[in-house]
Amino acid sequence: MRTMKTIFQFIIKELLQVKRDKKMLVVIFMAPILQLIFLGYAANMDVNVIHTTIYDQDKTETSRDFIKRFEQSGYFKLDYYVDNYDEVTDLLNEGKTLVAIIIPKDFEKKINRRETAPLQTLFEGSDGNKASIALGYIQGIATKFSQGIVAETKDKLGMKISLSGSLIPEVRVWYNPEMKTRNYMVPGILGLILMISTISLMSMAVVREREIGTLEQLIVTPIKNYQLILGKLIPFTLIGFVVLIIVMVIMTQWFGIVVRGNKLFLLFTALLFVLSNLGIGLFISTVSKTQQQAMMASVFAVMMPMIYLSGFAFPIENMPQAVQYITYIIPLKYFIVILRGIVLKGIGFSSLWVETLILFGMGVTLLVFSSLRFSKKIE
Amino acid sequence: MFNRIFAIAKKEMRQLKRDIRMLFIVFFFPVVLLAIFGYAINFDVHHIKIAVYDQDRSEYTRDYVSGLISSEYFDLVTYIDNDEQIKKLLDEKIVQVVVVFPKDLSRKLLSKQEVKIQFLVDGVDGTSANVIQNYVNAATFSYSLQLTKEYLAVTGKQFYVPIDLQPRFWFNPDLQSTRFLIPGLMGMILIITAVISISLSIVREKERGTIEQINVSPLSSIEFILGKTIPYIVISLINATIVLLAGYILFDIVIKGNIFLLLLGTFAFLFAALSLGVFISTISDSQQVAFQAANVTSLLPSLILSGFIFPIESMPVAIQILTNITPAKFYIVILRAILLRGAGISAFWDQLIYLGIFGIIFIALATVVDKKSKNK
Repeated sequence: MRTMKTIFQFIIKELLQVKRDKKMLVVIFMAPILQLIFLGYAANMDVNVIHTTIYDQDKTETSRDFIKRFEQSGYFKLDYYVDNYDEVTDLLNEGKTLVAIIIPKDFEKKINRRETAPLQTLFEGSDGNKASIALGYIQGIATKFSQGIVAETKDKLGMKISLSGSLIPEVRVWYNPEMKTRNYMVPGILGLILMISTISLMSMAVVREREIGTLEQLIVTPIKNYQLILGKLIPFTLIGFVVLIIVMVIMTQWFGIVVRGNKLFLLFTALLFVLSNLGIGLFISTVSKTQQQAMMASVFAVMMPMIYLSGFAFPIENMPQAVQYITYIIPLKYFIVILRGIVLKGIGFSSLWVETLILFGMGVTLLVFSSLRFSKKIE
Repeated sequence: MFNRIFAIAKKEMRQLKRDIRMLFIVFFFPVVLLAIFGYAINFDVHHIKIAVYDQDRSEYTRDYVSGLISSEYFDLVTYIDNDEQIKKLLDEKIVQVVVVFPKDLSRKLLSKQEVKIQFLVDGVDGTSANVIQNYVNAATFSYSLQLTKEYLAVTGKQFYVPIDLQPRFWFNPDLQSTRFLIPGLMGMILIITAVISISLSIVREKERGTIEQINVSPLSSIEFILGKTIPYIVISLINATIVLLAGYILFDIVIKGNIFLLLLGTFAFLFAALSLGVFISTISDSQQVAFQAANVTSLLPSLILSGFIFPIESMPVAIQILTNITPAKFYIVILRAILLRGAGISAFWDQLIYLGIFGIIFIALATVVDKKSKNK
């Protein structure tokens, strides 16, 4: 009973401290909200504006008709119409245009003569991803245009349209039919924000007391080590949980991303994730001498790897095998798989039990290990 | 005045030299991170995991599948024989796409009809789904074309395509995404080291009380701030050189453009980043707050708002304006122009001006805030 009371008083002390520091309070609770809102809108990889340059050497009805198809598609923004190659080269070099479409001089003539007209398209390829998506759109437009011509010619010759059987691809996209990237990114950002706020809070908490000298005072009091650790962990778990609830509400209410799966299961796994973060934070606290070191260590050794290796933006399957092995020790990786699974696919424990168990195991191991290290350090 | 600025700079340098652990983190980690992440970051979609549900089991479908998996883009995971398996395979991310051949595919093809092949794509990652869609469309069209050609050859008719699309990719013929992303990674690493290290150095003086001694000295606010900034400019420049060298050695990122321009751009960027750091330090009273503020203004923004991963023009206008909060945005444009395209100053002179304005605004704000807090 008495120990419970001690821990409880400790928790109160910790929460009071946070409450008094107005600037800190703002940063802890407002920053996640603002970040999720702003970054949620920004995190969008949809390629819907393709800056295009047209070099029409033909200037005929057919070429204009062909150009019109690009305008009508909605993806292409025809920024520049140019008259010579040098301008094309300059625009590509300065990165002002993504693609230049060059219509040859005898475009109409060749098409009327039923010859093949070469269509040169030059891409500013430094963004390989964007260039290949743009190429896909251009291919679609060119194929359709060709088909139209072929069908027309055949009709004039009085032949049937289908000379032979053909295969038509019919693509159905599951879970996210419009292929929007926002729904995929926002849960990931939620994971990132949760990770950053909990780790940075916890990693600084103990070092700070050491730097200011208040840790000495605590050590000489009759508080036992486990009480001290619990007294630190419980308030931060509480704060982490409040932050979690806030960002969840913003994801569902502000961005309208419906959680398809079980919300309680989601909260439970998020709690496991918060615990493993606190374990990491506590560990950083034990290895750092100053707050500056704690910060640098948490940013460079923990947060950056978590960001890049978690599969948040860069698919893990694309990484070299050696780097893929490193991702196995990243808690955020498992949490993001769970988060996207529950939110976007609506799947539950039966499909996600492996990730859940790993997260659980990591949380417990990290917390126990860091607590032991911490209490050893105190003695 | 210059004497006093120099004195502060010298004091700061000496302090930094003594904190070996910190210097180690500042110089060592960026290279390690660049090395690991440089290999990790790419959007190149290949080895797409595919499952085949073949209801036709004809020569056509076998031919089609073997064509698909002989490329490096698709890896065949399994054959399935009922509808229920599709959901499980996609739900559990075992495959990314399931191709379904209808029962009467070969019969319809022989009777010169159109046949639809269904592709069920996991759309959770919209970008990959888009690329997968392009691949399967292209693969199907080309197989269909091949069939038509073969058929027409048998009947003795000539086949012709009205438009022959000839794409050429400049600067990056293999369409790799890594080379495009590495400048962003460099910018992010540099801005974080710059902002965090300088913001903490000023706040630490506040926390430890040594700032009082500086306040009673004849130093003015601007002298103090400039003196503090100079050593970090030196450190950050060394850092930038190391990162660029590492990029060259590890990823073969050759500087295609002018080295002097690259140096100028880097200098402008560091000036902007450090003045952001100085500003943060003047508004925070504790290292804890400074750290959180540095995270909020530089960690995620340089990742998400800088155009590093997400194209700025796809963002809503209000967010596009907000992207100016991170100097990394301007620096990435400069880096990509010089490193990838070898472009001259005409491609990015405006970015240099933005960086200059950014730096001046934040240094000025910091000076004002610092003066105010001294007068209290």
